[in-house]
Amino acid sequence: MLDFVVPALNLKAILPQLILALTALTVLLVDVFAKEKGKTSLGALSFTGVLFALIALVLSRGSHESAYSGMLMADGFGFFITLIVCIVTILTILASMNYEKICKNIKVGEFYCLMLFAAFGMSFMGNAGNLIMIFVALETMSISIYVLAGFKTDDAKSIESALKYFLLGAFASGFLLFGFALVYGAGGTLDIVKLGKFFTANPDALHHPMVMGGIALMTVGFGFKIAMFPFHMWTPDVYEGAPTVVTGFMATGVKAAAFAALIRVFFVGFAPLQADWTTIMWVGAFLTMTIGNLVAIVQTDIKRMLAYSSIAHAGYLLVGFVVGTDLARSGMLFYLLAYAFANIGALAVISAMGKDGKEYTELSDYSGVGFKYPFLGLMMSVFIFSMAGIPPAAGFMGKFFIFSEAIKSGYIWLAVFGVINSVISLYYYLGVIVRMYFREPDREISIMAPTGTMVAALSIAAFCILQMGIFPSYIWDLARESVKMIM
Amino acid sequence: MNELGFPIISLVTFFPIFGALVLMFIDKEAKDTLRGTAMVFAMIEFFISLPIIFAFQSGTADMQFVERYTWVKSAGLSYYIGLDGISLWIFMLTTFLTPICVLCSWTYIQKRVKEFMICLLLLETAMLGALVSLDLILFYIFWELMLIPMYFLIGVWGGDNRIYAAVKFFIYTAAGSVFMLLSIFFLYYLNHKMTGVYTFDLLELYKLNIPVATQFWLCLAFFVSFAIKVPMFPLHTWLPDAHVQAPTAGSVILAGVLLKMGTYGFMRFAIPLFPYASNQFTPVIATLAVVGIIYGALVALIQPDMKKLVAYSSVSHLGYVMLGIFAFNMQGVEGGLYQMLNHGVSTGALFLIVGMLYERRHTRMIKDFGGIAKVMPVFATFFMIMTLSSIAVPGTNGFVGEFMILVGAFRSLPMHAVFATSGAILGALYMLWMYQRVMFQPLDNEKNKVLKDLNVREIVTLLPLAILVFVMGFFPGYFINKMNASCEHFLKTYDQQVAMYKQQVEDSSQAKLAQVMSANQLKSTLSD
Repeated sequence: MLDFVVPALNLKAILPQLILALTALTVLLVDVFAKEKGKTSLGALSFTGVLFALIALVLSRGSHESAYSGMLMADGFGFFITLIVCIVTILTILASMNYEKICKNIKVGEFYCLMLFAAFGMSFMGNAGNLIMIFVALETMSISIYVLAGFKTDDAKSIESALKYFLLGAFASGFLLFGFALVYGAGGTLDIVKLGKFFTANPDALHHPMVMGGIALMTVGFGFKIAMFPFHMWTPDVYEGAPTVVTGFMATGVKAAAFAALIRVFFVGFAPLQADWTTIMWVGAFLTMTIGNLVAIVQTDIKRMLAYSSIAHAGYLLVGFVVGTDLARSGMLFYLLAYAFANIGALAVISAMGKDGKEYTELSDYSGVGFKYPFLGLMMSVFIFSMAGIPPAAGFMGKFFIFSEAIKSGYIWLAVFGVINSVISLYYYLGVIVRMYFREPDREISIMAPTGTMVAALSIAAFCILQMGIFPSYIWDLARESVKMIM
Repeated sequence: MNELGFPIISLVTFFPIFGALVLMFIDKEAKDTLRGTAMVFAMIEFFISLPIIFAFQSGTADMQFVERYTWVKSAGLSYYIGLDGISLWIFMLTTFLTPICVLCSWTYIQKRVKEFMICLLLLETAMLGALVSLDLILFYIFWELMLIPMYFLIGVWGGDNRIYAAVKFFIYTAAGSVFMLLSIFFLYYLNHKMTGVYTFDLLELYKLNIPVATQFWLCLAFFVSFAIKVPMFPLHTWLPDAHVQAPTAGSVILAGVLLKMGTYGFMRFAIPLFPYASNQFTPVIATLAVVGIIYGALVALIQPDMKKLVAYSSVSHLGYVMLGIFAFNMQGVEGGLYQMLNHGVSTGALFLIVGMLYERRHTRMIKDFGGIAKVMPVFATFFMIMTLSSIAVPGTNGFVGEFMILVGAFRSLPMHAVFATSGAILGALYMLWMYQRVMFQPLDNEKNKVLKDLNVREIVTLLPLAILVFVMGFFPGYFINKMNASCEHFLKTYDQQVAMYKQQVEDSSQAKLAQVMSANQLKSTLSD
């Protein structure tokens, strides 16, 4: 006999996400009723909403409970992911206020609303304690992002980007769902914690074809979202075509959320299987970073270049995943945050490089920009050096935590390939600096002066990068605590 | 806290950053204000670093002026800095050369003066930081940080081929150092395995007993990284490009301090951490050093470009330094250390001299000059002094260093020393030949007839270096006295450790032999 347990309403556990959703709905409503003039304040409204979500989140630090019959885990790990998501959203909103002035025909109401819904989904992916919950959160996030990617309705590339992302994303979701189904068939539950218990209790179920197939399909689904080789093919086209601020948002937020779900499912649900997936992920990490870096070298469009570089970063993060110790996973969290600041920052700078709907994304457009626009140049250098992993930027500390843990756990070759890759990546990262500072401008470009919010977004990102690079203790301890508190 | 009861090293290390921040708020069109401010900061920096010399205790090999704070506790990182006899003088050389670099760029740099001065000051902080760091990761951070300002100095203010040179410089050096980073991680892990403590503290890691096979690889990573920086033959190819393209101040810093980071790295990190592997590598390194000495000199001989000639002479001079260090005796090591300073002074000055000619004629080709001594007598005097110092004529600083190195090398590596001595002759040949072609010979180029002699600023730039050449030539005792204790300690621990490791290797091979013997015995008894 089935008996239904109505779970207790626990609003406290989902307060930050609740605030995000309510803000999104408010933005949607205000957009309908407000006059044209009032719509300019939608950005400020969204910003305030996310800020409140962030405050609610920070106040909830240390909470360690599962709510709604284990659907939701309000634990330290979810806390860190929601933190990344909130920061990413805040920075994107700040940067977007400049962007809506450059690309005038962006419908701001839907834009902010979708962004908030996407953030809502991302945050739930980090907190989900059930495979179905992961799927629902993933779809909430993805569908918002599909629409956002195609937001420049007069630009064929943007439409192409949305369609491509949607079609391939739908496939990937299918794989993921099928994987969940198979695992459910084998384990009899969708609850991640219970799955973990089941496999610990029944080790012989581990190598059942259904479990193996389920894991393989889930790897495909998650691999697509984190842009792991060979499921990375969509990345450059989508990142290039999407509105630049959206590119920043999805390159960081989606990646953080997908990595969060990946870590939770694999390390909580299938922990006993670690030895089996390590080999696959080892190869995956190696190929992802190598292919990403090698192909990035030949790009002439800066957004495409950053897309390939983001693939490479997924590879570095996968190194942490392969190593799999607590410290390695803390390193991944630290790296995700450092990467988020640098990548959002860099793409915000690119989004600021435009005027009247014209955006400059060719690398050659950047000749001499560093001295012509000293602020943007300086910010871009900080972000680029952080991505390249040059101290004292946060990117170095991220690599430090991941690779030192790799060496400690005996993955020496993976670490060696990792640092070789960092050297390869230097070539194209330095190329941007070379363009900005060492070459004279070869064509006239005129850009709109960055708005105050844009300046704020860039300054915050750059400050945090240096802060995390020079005084990493606070975030590092937070990341370690978060990983320890995974439920 | 430390001897002075005051964080003097931190102050000296980070003071230039403060200067750079002040410069940021000065209007970029006010070029003379920018230059003046940078100069004032560089001079203050030099004067506040002077007390370090006087407060330095020459009787002890311990780290002095130590400051230590926890940085990232859970990862075992600490902010741990200090000076000893090995780093003291290079540290001082850095603060000494920076004002000179500001002075020599006064008119040489006309565009983007503000950014130039900021880069110069940031570079100073990075170099000083690398010299005082006693935590491996702290060191690595400063070590990599040095690359960024230097990269900009070459790339923005360099010659026509600057981009190639800048990127080559950056990637070459970074590629070398990432493996050092991995090696550092491995040490960290080994230390934890053996002592249960996570630390990057250099002095703790010195004590680590590293298995011989592992030591070989770790040492190799450090060696490659430092050898690129020195640069040692055959990893020197970035140097001529970087030197030739860099602006004068960049070349002076590069020759004066950055290259020393490599040789300093050997003495501070590679050798004490991996004594046994260093011992085993000695024939290879010494041979490469000698090849560098002769090769650098031969290539310098045929250079038509003065700056390139001086750049290749650096390869040769640093070969001496390496040979001295790897002689592993008092004369060699102290001579090597002394030669590092000499090279900073004399080669730095030679780059200044070439820069002054270039500023006047916009060419560095030897064939474009001739008879300059007639129109620029003061300049000719300085050039002569530096040439003599570079070829190690007695009475100059170069003589002391080279002599000590060769004495040291003859004691432990006689064959190498014989060949190295030939480098000294070649050195005299290429330097004097260049001097002859540039300064003497008939004054037949019309453009050269109207050249103006040095102005007051240029004399002020060169004079301290010229004085130093003689002071270091006549009173080497003062300098060497402060190095003594540290060098003795360096050699003593090296000898002890090598002996210990040799014993270990012997024991283990004997144990293996015994095993094989007993197995054979067993076999023979069985077959009986």
